[in-house]
Amino acid sequence: MLRGLALDVASGQVLQVTGANGAGKTSLLRALCGLLHLEAGRITWGGRDVRADLSAFHGSLAYLGHEPPLKVDLTAGENIRYWVGLRRRVRPAEIADTLASVGVPGLADRFVRTLSAGQRRRVALAGVLLLAAPLWLLDEPTAHLDSGGQQLVGQLIEQHVRAGGLAVTAVHHEIAVSPERVRRLELARG
Amino acid sequence: MNATAAVLDTRADIPSAFDVAGLALARDLRLAFRKRDEIVQPLAFFAVVTTLFPLAITPELSRLREIAPGVLWVAALLAALLALEHLFRDDARDGTLEQYALCGRSLTWLLYAKTAAHWVLTGLPLAVLAPFAGMALGVPVRAVGGIVITLAIGTLALSLIGAISAALTLGTRRGGMLLSLLTLPLAVPILIFGAQATELAMRAQSFAAPLELLAAFAVLGVTLAPLAAAAAVRISLE
Repeated sequence: MLRGLALDVASGQVLQVTGANGAGKTSLLRALCGLLHLEAGRITWGGRDVRADLSAFHGSLAYLGHEPPLKVDLTAGENIRYWVGLRRRVRPAEIADTLASVGVPGLADRFVRTLSAGQRRRVALAGVLLLAAPLWLLDEPTAHLDSGGQQLVGQLIEQHVRAGGLAVTAVHHEIAVSPERVRRLELARG
Repeated sequence: MNATAAVLDTRADIPSAFDVAGLALARDLRLAFRKRDEIVQPLAFFAVVTTLFPLAITPELSRLREIAPGVLWVAALLAALLALEHLFRDDARDGTLEQYALCGRSLTWLLYAKTAAHWVLTGLPLAVLAPFAGMALGVPVRAVGGIVITLAIGTLALSLIGAISAALTLGTRRGGMLLSLLTLPLAVPILIFGAQATELAMRAQSFAAPLELLAAFAVLGVTLAPLAAAAAVRISLE
């Protein structure tokens, strides 16, 4: 699926991975976070092979796939508590504040089944923020979002990398982030 | 790819492994109580099967008592299988299993919690329901305690064995049939020892030997099943 890929991304940068459908954007993200086994090559984080201590590496990343990992029969707040709570203790007030910061205030007690696709995406982004991980791996983070939501994703990523984090995004349309912080990787099929 | 980043402060307020398992257990229990159909379905199946037998065979108590251990255990096994299909499948579909695999905590612990939730929601209620179902089959009152204990331990072993099959069949399209084919041969010893223990309990004889064998299967399952299930889940996520 992926061949001849060698790159180095530093903290404070955003790697925007683009490419046609089926080019391997999602596979690259899944390989980076260790969900896909590499037949050859290696991934290092902080100079160490991630396979040496995969749990520690996983503790440093926040991965958001195509679909937000939310249960429709739980409220937005419960979803975040059960998701983020695996990594760190999170208070209800913190959840409410973070939901407000991603533009969905007052949704903490709403069942996810009653939310629109865009609202669900924003709830998932709140989860990513609360994970407080230095590495973000985001697969189509602007999917289902209106123009305001797309701008918000750009702002969140900008703030994250300015604070010393690193983000890798698989996108069809580039996310607006300061040009000096962006690195681009276009995957070609075949 | 080499990636370096300043490590943000993620060390504070890190929950223990028990807290994490407790959270996963609480989540599954909450979800199950919100979707009651999944709890009720296996119990209803068990109740219907065990009450239909007397109607189909004979109302004669002596004959019903002969078949009662087998009927109770076969019905319990099939009822437990009904619920197994949902053990990991829903979480695989919505990305929860990916988040479990990437949370930096032991996936084995999390699957322990999920399997425990499955047993609490399926095996334990079956064990509690069994004496009432047994009444229709002429089970004497003195055997009630034995039936509850043997079914509680037997269904725990079934949940643990079933967790391996459920994880192995995650990537398949028609997992239900394959799940049954994988689980049933492994469940046969539990069925045999469970039915034997129930029969001995009904005769007011000591059922310690088959009960201990059931417990041995449960211990083996507790020791190995979540490890095997975690390996299978990781493979299925690739």
